[in-house]
Amino acid sequence: MEWMQIVSALALVVFIVVLLPGVIDRVKNSPKGTSSDWMNFVFIMLIIIGFIMMLIKLV
Amino acid sequence: MNQQYSTVAQRTSSVLETNKVLRNTYMLLALTLLFSAFTAALSMFLKMPPMTYLISVIGAMVIAMFILPRFANSTAGIGIVFLVTGLLGFGLGPILSLYAALPNGSNIITLSLAGTGVIFIGLSAYALISKKDFSFLGGFLMVGFLMVLLAAVANIFLQIPAMSLAISAVVIMIMSGFILYDTSRIVNGGETNYVLATIGLYMTIFNIFVSLLQILGIMGNDD
Repeated sequence: MEWMQIVSALALVVFIVVLLPGVIDRVKNSPKGTSSDWMNFVFIMLIIIGFIMMLIKLV
Repeated sequence: MNQQYSTVAQRTSSVLETNKVLRNTYMLLALTLLFSAFTAALSMFLKMPPMTYLISVIGAMVIAMFILPRFANSTAGIGIVFLVTGLLGFGLGPILSLYAALPNGSNIITLSLAGTGVIFIGLSAYALISKKDFSFLGGFLMVGFLMVLLAAVANIFLQIPAMSLAISAVVIMIMSGFILYDTSRIVNGGETNYVLATIGLYMTIFNIFVSLLQILGIMGNDD
C-alpha cells in the first residue's frame, strides 16, 4: 500500500518540523552534565541493552 | 527565626506538591494503560485493518500536540488524555493481531509486555529513589529522537530490515532516557502538571512496547 507509506512519511516530516523549535530550545537551554553523570547514564543504557539481549534469547 | 520557619514551611509545601503530582501521574497513567488495553482488545475483536494503526497514531499525535496543551490545566485535560491513549490502544489492536498470528506470537507479545514493564518500573524506581537530576539529558534525547525520526522517514522507502531493527533499538534507548528525564523532572519540581507528565510517560511506554514487539518479532522469526 503505497499511499500508507506516503502518509506515514508526510506525518513524520510534519512531526519533525513541529518538533524542531523545541529541540533547538532544549539544546540551547539544557544544563551540562558532568562526566560522572554521563558515565552513569551510559551504565544504565548498557543494562537496558543487556536486558533486551536476554529477552531476545527468551523468544 | 521566622525566616527559618518560613523556609522549612516552603520546603514541606514543595515536597507535598511533588508527591501529589507523582501520585496523580501514576494513578492516571495506570488508568490510561488499562483503558488502552481495553481499546486494543476491542480493536482486535472488531478485526480492524492494519491502516487503523497509522490513522490512530496520527490522530493521537495531533490531539496530544495541539489540543492537549490548551486544556492541560483543566479537568477536560484528563478526558483528552483518555482520548489520546484510547486511540493509541485502538491502533495497536491490528498490530497485536498480526503478531498473535505468528507461530510464537503470544510469547513475543507477553515478553514485550513484561520487558516494557520491567524497563519502566526499573528506571522510574531508580529516578525516584536516587533523586538524581537528569535534566542534562534534555538536549541529547531530543536530538537523538529527531535523528531517529529522520531515519524512520528514510526507512519507510528503503525498507531495510536491519535498519528498522536498529531504529527500534535506538528508540528503546531514547525512551528509556526520557523515563529518567521525565521522572526526575517531576521529582525535582520541574513538572507540576500531572496531565502532561502522564502523557509523556505513556508515550515512552507505548514506544518501548512497540519497539520491543518489532525487535522480538524480527529476532524470533529468523529460523
